[in-house]
Amino acid sequence: MGGALLTGAAGWLFVAFAVLALASAVAVVVARHPVHSALYLLVSFLLVACIFILQQAEFVGAVQILVYAGGIMVLFIFVVMLVNPQTVETRSFQHQWDVALLFLPVFLIPFIYILGTERFPDLPQKLDAFQSVRGKPAGNTEAVSWVLFRDYLLPFEVASIFLLVAMIGAVVLGKRSLEKMD
Amino acid sequence: MTITINHYLIVSLLLFSIGFTGVLVRRNFLTILMSIELMLNAVNLNLIAFSRRLSDLTGQVFSVFVITIAAGEAAIGLALTISLFRQRKTLNVEEASTMRG
Repeated sequence: MGGALLTGAAGWLFVAFAVLALASAVAVVVARHPVHSALYLLVSFLLVACIFILQQAEFVGAVQILVYAGGIMVLFIFVVMLVNPQTVETRSFQHQWDVALLFLPVFLIPFIYILGTERFPDLPQKLDAFQSVRGKPAGNTEAVSWVLFRDYLLPFEVASIFLLVAMIGAVVLGKRSLEKMD
Repeated sequence: MTITINHYLIVSLLLFSIGFTGVLVRRNFLTILMSIELMLNAVNLNLIAFSRRLSDLTGQVFSVFVITIAAGEAAIGLALTISLFRQRKTLNVEEASTMRG
């Protein structure tokens, strides 16, 4: 079959990572306590990072581990400790969750049918595109940064401004109201 | 086992649906935020798979941007969580219905 992205043992590795990532994603949604959800989310992030690394995206995999597992998860755990929801809710799902689950297959089955039968056209795969800069061999990080800073410099700067705005917004939202402080 | 782009798309679809279900079904605001992160992760999986498939690094660059957005969104969302908890002493989104949402 043409267009294979992974073959042999790497393919089975992908299957294992994908199944475990999906299982822990389900656990995120059904776990009752937010801390359990956060830990399952961490497992899911790490497994998805492994899938990235299988796909010649070592830099994105490393960023995923650093930013998600190192940054966002710590933030989540901090907030769980700050708000400390001691009472585990007796009812942690919305009223009509069973109706919602009934509609899920209606949404999923057509998509899975299409994705299972559709054949994308064969394309020549140039693996060296991920490992070289201007024809010279280089690491994946170097190749990504070459594209990032040459072709996408303006979006990169916009992203930095976005982060500044998000930081100011988080500080403004998170601090106590000014009247109380006076 | 031969893995094609279709397998990637199916895994990504399932991951997105799980996250979407979490957003719709859960009542705890923190769990809803985590489900949104799951959805963003599914999008990243798609970008990486097509980047490999088309032998184009742009997909990887864009998934770095998506991770940036996810970090900002998590910071704002958690600040909102703390603000909500301070005012209502609860994280239940059904009780935060002042705007009749």
